[in-house]
Amino acid sequence: MNIDHHAPPPPAGPVPWQSDFAVGLLADMVRIRRMEEKSAELYGAGKIRGFLHLYIGEEAVAVGALHALSVEDNIVATYREHAHALVRGMAMSTIMAEMYGRREGCAHGRGGSMHLFDKATRLFGGNAIVGGGLPLAVGLALAAKMQNENRIAACFFGDGAVAEGAFHESLNLAALWKLPVLFCCENNLYGMGTALERSESQTDLCVKAASYNMPALRADGMDIVAVHETTKQAVQRVRESRGPVFVEYQTYRFRAHSMFDAELYRPKAEVEEWKTRGPIHTFSARLKAEGKLTEEQFLALDAAANAEVADAVAFAEAGTWEPVEDLLKDVHTPEGVAP
Amino acid sequence: MSRTLSYREAMREAMHEALANDPRVFLMGEDVGRYGGTYAFSKGFLDEFGPERIRDTPLSELGFVGAAIGAALGGMRPIVEVMTVNFSLLALDQIVNTAALYRHMSGGQFSVPLVVRMTTGAGRQLAAQHSHSLEGWYAHIPGIKVLAPATIEDARGMLAPALADPDPVVIFEHAGLFNMEGDLPDTRDDLMVDIRSAKVRRIGTDVAIITHGGSLSKALAAAGQLAAEGISAEVVDLRVLRPLDTAAIVAAVAKCRRAVVVDEGWKSGSLAAEVMARIMENVFYELDAPVARVCSEEVPIPYAKHLEDAALPQPEKIVAAVKGLFA
Repeated sequence: MNIDHHAPPPPAGPVPWQSDFAVGLLADMVRIRRMEEKSAELYGAGKIRGFLHLYIGEEAVAVGALHALSVEDNIVATYREHAHALVRGMAMSTIMAEMYGRREGCAHGRGGSMHLFDKATRLFGGNAIVGGGLPLAVGLALAAKMQNENRIAACFFGDGAVAEGAFHESLNLAALWKLPVLFCCENNLYGMGTALERSESQTDLCVKAASYNMPALRADGMDIVAVHETTKQAVQRVRESRGPVFVEYQTYRFRAHSMFDAELYRPKAEVEEWKTRGPIHTFSARLKAEGKLTEEQFLALDAAANAEVADAVAFAEAGTWEPVEDLLKDVHTPEGVAP
Repeated sequence: MSRTLSYREAMREAMHEALANDPRVFLMGEDVGRYGGTYAFSKGFLDEFGPERIRDTPLSELGFVGAAIGAALGGMRPIVEVMTVNFSLLALDQIVNTAALYRHMSGGQFSVPLVVRMTTGAGRQLAAQHSHSLEGWYAHIPGIKVLAPATIEDARGMLAPALADPDPVVIFEHAGLFNMEGDLPDTRDDLMVDIRSAKVRRIGTDVAIITHGGSLSKALAAAGQLAAEGISAEVVDLRVLRPLDTAAIVAAVAKCRRAVVVDEGWKSGSLAAEVMARIMENVFYELDAPVARVCSEEVPIPYAKHLEDAALPQPEKIVAAVKGLFA
């Protein structure tokens, strides 16, 4: 078996990016963090209901990976996807309005937190079935291949999805048919409350992926440099080979699985230990040490993120409700509308 | 002019036409290529259209149905052949949780123009795991359309409108029909079938027998026997199981004032139950007798011929149910 599952370590030494690019990625991570913190607060206040899954702690993965993709690529995400929608380009106000259940949300309040869709940025959801997005990404890649399009499909999913049949069927099909899929496994070590070693006989997820005869890379998901550089390399391999590549991002969520989770399954010390590796403070410290970021710049981008959040909340607060008379809308496509 | 075709040939011709006319259309499923289709519906297609458009899949129902949904979202018009309804249970998640919900969940941003075809039904001594009639389950789900072609005309004429539909359409083909023959017109314009309406297959005045799929021929046989005994039965072929053509049901029952619903699904929670409920809701005061139904017995379908026959709707059971309304 050709196991090719250790990406070269990220270039040692300084962050290999121009200051503007590096600070831009940092700013995206901060935007996510501030949006998620506010979402938790709004959940407590009863403004957001249903399930709410926060991305706090995992920001480097979505930001580093999505910035390695093209606007033409197709993205499939999970129910923990606010960050992906935001980085991909959906307005924070639209995301917030959807979480409020407002008509001004991306799905007019029909989807909520777990179902953010955006045709304009080729975001194909927001999928609340674990593993449900993987076959979809395979099909999007198949369509691209059959229509001679250059776009690839990037599919985000968690370590929990690896136990699903959909994972195995999708990796097999993508490799068998040589389809341009980037499988992005956000391994945060727990499928809800079940630790990886309590659900997988083989906990090396790259070994599983490699068994389907595709390159499998691993990156430190707390280090945005490692995430971005590894993903860039993986994307290039997908584009050149027109076949699938698997990337495992080892990461950690700092918050509970959802707002109903008492976190009985993991020690507090483990959470605190991972927080020392938090992607925002480690990266900003690194940039500062390299003279690529000043404290004033950091405070400014943080203030901008907070202002964006405040605007988004104001937009959602001022939003309207989809009329109940339109309840049955969009079950089917209206006549005369092309899909 | 007309010509005689089998159900299998009619469906094959419909797929051939779709593949020849629209480069976005492709066929995928287990053994649709080299094998020529489990039921030979796609024999010769691989040579004619090539492996890109005639895709043999692994035994991976969830994976390839989900991939077809993705391909539909990506601009293609896939026809997915799931070998039988029995195996479609492995793909139920993708059909119900993705295809059916996608447009609504996305606030109308994305439609899924997908056609899923599968064999359904019992009657060939294939035993419990190969004899399900679960189209009623699918007909429960908002967001998909469910078709059951029971005639040569429908086998030939339902695929094109299904492919033209912007939303997912699931087509159930009863295995007992594949060798049935019938006449079709030569001109293509006469072949298109309206996939929104039921169709009266026999006109009558005394009782409406409402059915679909593999039970249609049994209902027609029963109607023939009843005619010999002086009872004029109207036979309604639902053929579109979702959305149900309530108006057609109501019209037939209002005219005949008696009704028997025939459904190869099990009685409890069946499509027959839904049809009966619509009769109660809409035409109760026109009835001269309680509505009756003939369904499969509440037992996994057995292998032995005499037991299988006893488990399924049969013309004699339909005749008996009709006579019961006149007792």
